[in-house]
Amino acid sequence: MDQIIVQILNGLDKGSAYALIALGLTLIFGTLGVVNFAHGALFMLGSFCAVILSRILSASHKVVDPDRTDFLGNPLEVDVFYVQDWFGEAAGAAIMEWAVPLAILFSIPVMIGVGFAMERGLIKHFYKRPHADQILVTFGLAIVLQEIIKYFFGANPIQTPAPDAFRGSLDFGVFLGYDPLTIMYPYWRLVYFFFSALIIAGVFAFLQFTTFGMVVRAGMADRETVGLLGIDIDKRFTFMFGLAAAVAGVAGVMYAPIVAPNYHMGMDFLVLSFVVVVVGGMGSLPGAVAAGFLLGILESFASMPTVVDVLPGINQIIIYLVAIVILLTRPRGLMGRKGVMED
Amino acid sequence: MTDQSHSTAPLSVQQAATRNAPLARPRAGRGVLGLTRRDATLMLVVTVLVVFAPFILNPFPETSALAQFNAGYPDLMQRFVIFGIFAIGFNILFGLTGYLSFGHAAFLGVGSYAAIWSMKLITLNVIPGILFAIIVAGLFSLVVGFISLRRSGIYFSILTLAFAQMSYALAYSVLTPITGGETGLQIKNTDTPLFGGPESGIGRANLFGAEMGNSTELELGNWLFTFNLGYYIAGAALLLAFYLSIRIFRSPFGIMLRAVKSNQQRMNYTGLMPKRYTLSAFVISGMFAGLAGGLMVAMDTQVGPERMFWTASGEVVIMTILGGAGTLLGPVLGAGFIKYMENIISKINKDILHQWFAFLPDGMEDVMVAVVYPFIGKGWHLTLGIMFMLVVIFLPGGLVEGGQRIAAKFRRNKTQD
Repeated sequence: MDQIIVQILNGLDKGSAYALIALGLTLIFGTLGVVNFAHGALFMLGSFCAVILSRILSASHKVVDPDRTDFLGNPLEVDVFYVQDWFGEAAGAAIMEWAVPLAILFSIPVMIGVGFAMERGLIKHFYKRPHADQILVTFGLAIVLQEIIKYFFGANPIQTPAPDAFRGSLDFGVFLGYDPLTIMYPYWRLVYFFFSALIIAGVFAFLQFTTFGMVVRAGMADRETVGLLGIDIDKRFTFMFGLAAAVAGVAGVMYAPIVAPNYHMGMDFLVLSFVVVVVGGMGSLPGAVAAGFLLGILESFASMPTVVDVLPGINQIIIYLVAIVILLTRPRGLMGRKGVMED
Repeated sequence: MTDQSHSTAPLSVQQAATRNAPLARPRAGRGVLGLTRRDATLMLVVTVLVVFAPFILNPFPETSALAQFNAGYPDLMQRFVIFGIFAIGFNILFGLTGYLSFGHAAFLGVGSYAAIWSMKLITLNVIPGILFAIIVAGLFSLVVGFISLRRSGIYFSILTLAFAQMSYALAYSVLTPITGGETGLQIKNTDTPLFGGPESGIGRANLFGAEMGNSTELELGNWLFTFNLGYYIAGAALLLAFYLSIRIFRSPFGIMLRAVKSNQQRMNYTGLMPKRYTLSAFVISGMFAGLAGGLMVAMDTQVGPERMFWTASGEVVIMTILGGAGTLLGPVLGAGFIKYMENIISKINKDILHQWFAFLPDGMEDVMVAVVYPFIGKGWHLTLGIMFMLVVIFLPGGLVEGGQRIAAKFRRNKTQD
C-alpha cells in the first residue's frame, strides 16, 4: 500500500508538468487551431528565465577587503553582490536564495511578450495553411529557439536550486499513520503540484467566470459567429496565445529545481505532451489536464519494481502504448469534442 | 477550423509538392528504361554526379586554405548517398501522399540491426545483410503502417512518433540481448559467421571478398582523390533508389498517391481504397529506410539505438522539405546539404573566421567575426533552423523550387532581350 502511495505521489509532479504543457498546447489549439510544436521550447525558455534571473540577482562586483589577506599576504578581493549592497546583508541573501519563485514574476511578462511576438510575427500567417505546415514551421522555430539558448548558456545543464526552506523531504507517511521514513516526498515537488493545481484552476476560472473568458469560449465553439457579432476575436486569441506561453513559462520556471535546465529539455517534454494532448482529446482542456495526471501516474506505476519484473521495459513505453491504444479505440481521445480535428 | 480547403491560402508545402511534379504521361515519349526524355536527363545528371563525386566534391587543392571545404572523403560521401536514399524513401510517403511520419528513423534502425545480425551470424558479405535490412524494415513498416494509417493528419504523425519512440526505448532497455542496449552492436572477433568468417581478428564487411574500406587514391598535382569501394556500392544503391522513385512518381500508382493527398474523400466515393495505396507507399518508404540502414552498417559495422531516436526522424523530415518535398531531386539535395553543414561547416572555428576577415581593419574584423560566428561552426543548427523556417514560409517547394524560380527569371530575361 505504501508503495502505491509513493508511486501516486511520484506521478503527481511529472503529471503536473505534463498537464501544464498540455493545457497550454490545448489552449493554442482550441483557440487558434494551430498545432504548436514550439511549445516545448516555451517551457524551456521559462526554465531559462529562472536561470537568467538568478544570474542577474547574483551579479557582483569586487571589493578589496582590508581586514583579510590571501595566502601571499595581499589584501583579499571579495565578491560583493549588488542585491546585498542595496537591501542589506540578510535581505539580499534571501532574495538570491528565492530566485526561482521570484522568477515567476519575471517570466510572466517575458513569456507573454514572447507569445505575442510569436503569434503576430509567425503563427498568424499559418492559420490557413494545413496542420502539417504548422507543425513544420513551429518545429523549425523550436530548433532556432533552442539553438539561441545553447549559444548563450552552453550545452550543459545549469543547476538552479530551490530555496533552502524547500530542500529536504516531507515525511508524508506519518500523516497516514505509517512509520516515519516510509513515504518521503521532496518539499519542492509538493510545491510544484500545488502550484500547477493553482495555475490550472486559475486558467479554468478565467475562462469560466470572466467575460473575456466567455468570449474566448464562444470563439472556440464558433469563431465566425463571434466575429459577426462585432467582436475582434483575433485580438483575444492573440492574448490567449500569450497566456498559453506564460503557462508554459511558469511551468518551466518551477520545474528548474527538479530538472536542471538544459537547451533540449523542451523537446524532451514536447513529445510526451503531444501524446498527452492526443490522449486527452484534441481541443479539450479538462481532457488535457486529466490525461496529464493520468499518464504521469501511470508512468510512475509502471516503473515500480514489481511491475517491471513482470513486464520488463514497460516503464519506458507505457505512455506510448496507452496513446496508441486510445487513438485506435477512442479516436477522439478521452474527452475530445465532436468535430475537432476529426478526419 | 478543421476545414482543409482554402482556395485563397498561400501555397502549402504539400500543395507545392503536387504542383512541382508534372503528372505522368503514360504513353507519351517513353525512351530509355521507360523514362521520358526529361527524366532520363535528370537520371543521367544524377549518375554523373554520383560517379564523379570524388572529383566534384574535392575542388580545392590539398595545400590551399580552402581544403577544409573539400567533402570528397569516403566517410562523408557515403553519408551523402545513404541519407539521400533515406530521404528519397521518406519523400515517396510525404511528398506524394502528404502523410507526415515523425517516426521514420525506426525503420532505418531496424534495418541496421537486421543487417548487423546477418553479418554476425551468416556472412560478412554485405549483399545478404542489405537484403535482410530491406525485408525486416519492410515487415516492420507493414505492421506500423497498418496500425498508424487508420488515422491521418496529426494523429498519424503522433502514432508514428509513438511507435518510433517505443522502438527506441525497447532497443535501449529490454531488447538488450538483441540490440546490445545502450552500447549497441559491433562486429567482434568472437563472431563466427557461417560462411567466410575471418581466420583471425575482427571480420570486415565485404562484397565477395573486396572490403568496403578499400580505396584507391589518385594524386594529380596538389589534388588527392579517393575512390572508395563502399561509396560506389552505396552510390549504386542511390541510383537504383532514384530510378525507382522516378518510376513511382510517373506511374499510375504515383498518381493514385497524389490523389490521396488532394482529396481522399473523392477517392473513396470513386470506389478506390486509399488505404491500400497509402500502406503500399508507407511500406515502400520503410524499405528505402531499411536499405539506408543496411548500407550504414555495411559501411561502418556498428549500430546503436540513438539511430532510432525521434530527432533522427526529425532530421529526415527537414532534409526532404529543405530540398523540396514532392520533387525528385529535392530529398537528395537536402540530405547532401545538411550532411555537408553537419560535417564541414560545423568545423569552422573562430581562428578560421579571423583568417577570412583578415583583409578588414582590425575593429571591423572582430565585429564581422562576432556577427558571423553564431551562425556557423558549432551554431550550424541555428542556421539550419532559420533556413528551414524560411523554406517552409516562403519557398514551400524547397531549394528545388528556389532554383526553378531563378532559372525561370533568367529565361524570361533572355526572351526579353
